[in-house]
Amino acid sequence: MENVGSERVDLLSARSHAISYRAVAVMEISTFLIQVLNGIQFGMLLFLIASGLTLTFGVMGIINLAHGAFFMIGAYLVFQFTRHWGWPLPLAFSSAVAAVVVIGSVVERSVLAPLVGRDHLDQVLVTYGLILIFDELAVVFWGKDVQPAAIPSLLRGSLQFGDIFVYPVYRLALTVAGLLCALGLYLLVAKTRLGMIVRAGSYDRGMVSALGINVDPVFALVFGLGAALAALAGILAAPILSVSPGMGDKIIIIAFVVVVIGGIGSIKGAFVGALLVGLLDSFGKVLFPSVSSLLIYALMAFILVWRPSGLFGKAT
Amino acid sequence: MSRFLVIGIVVAACLVLLVPLAGSQYLTTHVTRILVYAIFAVSLDLLVGFCGLVSLGHAAFFGIAAYATALLADKVGVTNVLISLPFSILCATGTALVIGLLTLRTAGIYFIMATLALAEMLYFLVHDNDFFGGSDGILVLSRFYLGSTSIDVSDPVIRYCVVVTVTVAVLVGLAFLVRSPFGRTLQGIKSNERRMRALGYNIARYKLACFVIGGALAGLAGHLYLLLTSLADPSILDWIHSAQVLMMVILGGLGTLVGPMVGAFVFVELIDQMSVLTEHWKLAVGIVVVVATLFGRGGIAGVAGRTRAWGVGAKRPIT
Repeated sequence: MENVGSERVDLLSARSHAISYRAVAVMEISTFLIQVLNGIQFGMLLFLIASGLTLTFGVMGIINLAHGAFFMIGAYLVFQFTRHWGWPLPLAFSSAVAAVVVIGSVVERSVLAPLVGRDHLDQVLVTYGLILIFDELAVVFWGKDVQPAAIPSLLRGSLQFGDIFVYPVYRLALTVAGLLCALGLYLLVAKTRLGMIVRAGSYDRGMVSALGINVDPVFALVFGLGAALAALAGILAAPILSVSPGMGDKIIIIAFVVVVIGGIGSIKGAFVGALLVGLLDSFGKVLFPSVSSLLIYALMAFILVWRPSGLFGKAT
Repeated sequence: MSRFLVIGIVVAACLVLLVPLAGSQYLTTHVTRILVYAIFAVSLDLLVGFCGLVSLGHAAFFGIAAYATALLADKVGVTNVLISLPFSILCATGTALVIGLLTLRTAGIYFIMATLALAEMLYFLVHDNDFFGGSDGILVLSRFYLGSTSIDVSDPVIRYCVVVTVTVAVLVGLAFLVRSPFGRTLQGIKSNERRMRALGYNIARYKLACFVIGGALAGLAGHLYLLLTSLADPSILDWIHSAQVLMMVILGGLGTLVGPMVGAFVFVELIDQMSVLTEHWKLAVGIVVVVATLFGRGGIAGVAGRTRAWGVGAKRPIT
């Protein structure tokens, strides 16, 4: 039984093989800038996943460990559409996101909706069961091997920034895409009627319902949105991480750390938490290579001691 | 205690004692494994079922103890269980104390996530450092013995006897613990924390004590696990492992002592049988986990209790 999770690719170490630097006594300005960019890029990736998690929890009160499955399915579907079926990229991207939204909605209606209001323990176990199911389905359809994902031809190559440093176009594009999504999500949550319901829901679900708002469609919509963002993250990350069954299982834990640091239910918290974790991870790899993967958890422990409900969470 | 339960326990005890006489080394090792997981599951049930602390990082203590035993044998050459057992439990207890102090400041979902993340931190600690054998882990080649070298604990039958003795001791100990004033207080905290606080109990201290005792028992299971497999690798610290043992507890029945043991038996068997039947056993296990959690409230103990209650015609509250 101890071998259940063993054939998993180590996300953290595979992540930045492309740009990894050994510890340097004095950090040069170029190294510094590259680490900042790497940190923001990883942070944005985490934000795309964490925002869905935090919304699902805030609005539905559900803790969804299987959120990483959407990340994985998005990546696999694009791989299937482009590599096997030869679809053009924009079509493959949008179909994959749409398909994940459909899968997410089915899961939400059939398995998660009955869990609303039930013990967190039941939610943890059901969504753990879902992880097993989705990971194994990926093995059934695509096998256990790690599948490479190509960088779109338009985004290949590197950009030269003056004489200072060179940075891959794709990673830059990923960062920009992440920032745009964050901005879009902020506008949605802060400026629209739906956003208002979402914010009110994460503050007091019962009251929103009592005020005559039908929460079921809101649940479905928010869950679908979260699934779409996770799928997008998986698609964008695929060329950097490679596609494998269980690719969502490790990153989801880091996304949970982000959510806990930021405060559960808070989009702003998820954003700040994601940037903090992304930058800490990126600089940790350069400055303290031997303990780098521990740092983000230490940060979380520190923040929980300081503020037990996260940076922007509502006090309990 | 009902008559059915007593008869069940006696029958189970007889079966367990007969196992080595069957002469099959596979069977003996297999039952040893189930018993190790039974101790692990019941140690988690002390937290979840009796005190309401849903921890998703319980494998940390199990793993730390296994690693402590392996390191002691591999680096120092100590294979005397009388030394490595207390040492590994001490390591697990210390870890539980630190993690408990940090995580018990939080509650509910934050507690689940905090235990999960801190356990994951230990996973990366052993995974990324050569001292702990990295991703391969530590394989102990020497045999373990108890006190004098004449008692070879690596022998399947002797090991089996040791594990059975420990399991019985743990069960008896816990049966006294949950009926003691301390155990009653824990159950009071689970059912209504605010009321217990109003009654003047120091909730934080009780929770920490419960968390540390649970961690120590998980460490005991981890030590026995290493005696069984001789291999400590990072996957035993993985959060998936924590989720599995939580599943055993739920499957068997929360808040009972026999339930988690039955759950451990069912879950280990489920995985073993499924993996013989199909390569994609995880799919089947996943479906069982989802269906059992959605529909099987109270676990096997609960369903058995309900069935019995229907038969007798009187409904009893299921705890």
